[in-house]
Amino acid sequence: MVPTDPQGVLTGAHFLDGDYACAEGAMAAGCRFFGGYPITPSTEVAERITQRFPMMNGIFIQMEDEMASMNAVLGAAWAGKKSMTCTSGPGFSLMMENLGLGVMLETPCVVVNVQRGGPSTGLPTLPGQADMMQARWGSHGDYEIIALSPNSPQESFDLMVDCFNLSERYRVPVLFMMDECVGHMTERVVIPSAENILVEERRYTADPPDKHLPYKADENLVPPMTPTGKGYRFHVTGLTHDERGYPVINADAQNKIVRRLVEKIRKNAADIIMLEEEQVAGADVVVLSYGISSRVVIPAVEKARSQGVKVGTMRLITVWPFPEERIREIAANVNSLVMVELNLGQVFLEMDRCARGQCKTFLVPHCGGWVHDPEDIYNVLMEAAK
Amino acid sequence: MTQTAQATNEHPMAEWLRMDRMPHIWCSTCGIGIVVTCFTEALKKSGIDPNTVAIVSGIGCTGRIAGYIRLDSFHTTHGRAIPFATGLKLGNPRLKVVVMSGDGDLVAIGGNHLIHAARRNMDITVICVNNFTYAMTGGQVGPTTPTTAYASTTPYGNYENPFNLPRLAASSGAVYVARWTALHLRRLTKSIGEALHKKGFSFIEVVTPCSTLYARKNRLGSGLDLMRFYHDSSEIEHHAELEKINIEFQKKIVVGKFVDEERPTFIDGYNARMKEVFGDKFKEYGEENGQN
Amino acid sequence: MKFWRTPLDVDKLVVPHGEVHIIWERCKGCGFCVEYCPRDVLELSEEFNSKGYHPPKVVNADRCVSCNLCESICPEFAIYCVNTTQPEGGKTDGTD
Ligand SMILES: Cc1ncc(C[n+]2csc(CCOP(=O)(O)OP(=O)(O)O)c2C)c(N)n1
Ligand code: SF4
Ligand code: SF4
Repeated sequence: MVPTDPQGVLTGAHFLDGDYACAEGAMAAGCRFFGGYPITPSTEVAERITQRFPMMNGIFIQMEDEMASMNAVLGAAWAGKKSMTCTSGPGFSLMMENLGLGVMLETPCVVVNVQRGGPSTGLPTLPGQADMMQARWGSHGDYEIIALSPNSPQESFDLMVDCFNLSERYRVPVLFMMDECVGHMTERVVIPSAENILVEERRYTADPPDKHLPYKADENLVPPMTPTGKGYRFHVTGLTHDERGYPVINADAQNKIVRRLVEKIRKNAADIIMLEEEQVAGADVVVLSYGISSRVVIPAVEKARSQGVKVGTMRLITVWPFPEERIREIAANVNSLVMVELNLGQVFLEMDRCARGQCKTFLVPHCGGWVHDPEDIYNVLMEAAK
Repeated sequence: MTQTAQATNEHPMAEWLRMDRMPHIWCSTCGIGIVVTCFTEALKKSGIDPNTVAIVSGIGCTGRIAGYIRLDSFHTTHGRAIPFATGLKLGNPRLKVVVMSGDGDLVAIGGNHLIHAARRNMDITVICVNNFTYAMTGGQVGPTTPTTAYASTTPYGNYENPFNLPRLAASSGAVYVARWTALHLRRLTKSIGEALHKKGFSFIEVVTPCSTLYARKNRLGSGLDLMRFYHDSSEIEHHAELEKINIEFQKKIVVGKFVDEERPTFIDGYNARMKEVFGDKFKEYGEENGQN
Repeated sequence: MKFWRTPLDVDKLVVPHGEVHIIWERCKGCGFCVEYCPRDVLELSEEFNSKGYHPPKVVNADRCVSCNLCESICPEFAIYCVNTTQPEGGKTDGTD
């Protein structure tokens, strides 16, 4: 990793909302292409980018829709740019097919989803966390994806840098799953100096064109990128393909490529997964949450602790890939696991699966539109402690 | 005369094609291969460094072009070749970006992208192979199928109005618009050459035989019969009035170069505006911004 | 060749000539080259290639003027023409 290009870094302490902080994080990470389509509550990300891009040689284009946005991002990534788009529920749905193209072509890029309430147009201005399973499974076919979720404007900035770095390292689109609350909440955000922001540079092949196989993976299961416009005369396709990048339509080729796409994330899960745990050792109940919900959990946990319940917390900073092993470990040592999220049970399903009946599991559901009442969380914690 | 397989590598197209993928999937008397040859000829003559050329295709029989031409080539998703190409071009303005895809791909599912790229005068070349049908999926009706023509989903004949592609492209803002058939080898090649050198959004429709589906479902014979039909029924009329060049079922096909004009591209417009606002502080966005 | 008037340099005019190469196995027998060769150099052969198509064969080799039309119109990249025009003096060029 190398220090980032200072042109994109607004070093200093600022008051920013999560959307602006996300835009600043992207620019600090070296993002120089943005293709997007406006949608509440994410538009401020694009607005911030358009204000600042001209002075750092970045290029912004407001595309005609989200399918176009996703593809423009992929095209720009192949042209050599660190690229991103930003959207919310309805637009996220429209991006799904071509998110899959990004996965198949192994294209580094970042897609931000500032989640609102759904389904359909739902609650444009109010929070939700109900796109989490869509983030995991939204495009057709088998694949693994990376998704991070911030719980503050500061983290919005910090994790955006991580998103770009992970996307370069693993050649996969990274999803930044914010929510309307974090997107629109204003807090102090400290932006470090450029030399203190380390970024993963694009790793291009070292092979000459006549020896190069675009999809020959390294020991980490990730192939180095092929540069466009440099005489490699390479081919990439969304069809099932071999190491040459040529389409091969049979079960064997399918088995090879799909397994590698999945394994490159699963095998490197330890490097990708970021968790924040507190008082998990010796806890009877561990509460899981992410994004804004992780902040709403705090008063409920404190109240339960004051009642003598041993409560630990785990915040999923990386939601996908899911911290399967860690959850299993914890499940073996606690009475209950509790999930708090703004949906009727999505990441909960994963938690429940990983617990494998070793402990009880509880969900504190919410349809979105507002955050949980801490009292509701408290009640479930007390139930879980029984 | 040689009739041996070792002649394979001597074919003048060999260096421009992925010979390890031949024979291609296109049917006998399909015209798509002709468009590939004309494009390659035009590129050879253009003097453009082929290493800076990128081909982008969508999905369909025509979409497979990207897999056969030995240039940097991207086979994307159905309808999305133009936005992918837009990203490539903006990401690295040094690239010469060419979209080659079918009429269904570019004008039905991708129609919105076509008109917006033309409106923005995105600096790319689009070659649309119009075989009047959705061939890859088995000959369904498409946005260019002439009224009354048969397709697998219009078993009683088409009752919709097709698009007039040159008119669509021109009214959306394309700065270069032409239509040829796969029989107009020299003129098509010349036209592609002009389009490659055109700054801005250039659009060429190539009426091309689909023997297996369009011709068969309409009892028009083989691709060769369609070529004969093009020979007898196409009329060259440069700068024709675009509202008069609709293609009706087995009627006259007006071909020619219809639009050739200048207009600032997307990047030109961006640079001009930013210079007005920021003056010398603004560094123009251009070829030097293509990183790799 | 007939001219409506005799060009002044008719004695120096060289009629171009070409040699056609057919990649037998790659051909799908569309017949485009046979139909559109302006000099009727080609004809579809009776024999099949292994894919079951009738590739063209050269029946009037002398008449080929190396216009490359067969090469351009072939959708299979299965036929090409090499220019073998003999300049005056009967040599191909100065190097042989
Ligand atoms: C999103 C999506 N919808 C549908 C398809 C199925 N499909 C593949 S090719 C095609 C039509 C292609 O027609 P056209 O663009 O005219 O190309 P042609 O095959 O005629 O060259 C369709 C509908 C697809 N691949 N993706
Ligand atoms: S189906 Fe039609 S368009 Fe497709 S390869 Fe065959 S002839 Fe060509
Ligand atoms: S090069 Fe021209 S004249 Fe010679 S065979 Fe081909 S089409 Fe006929």
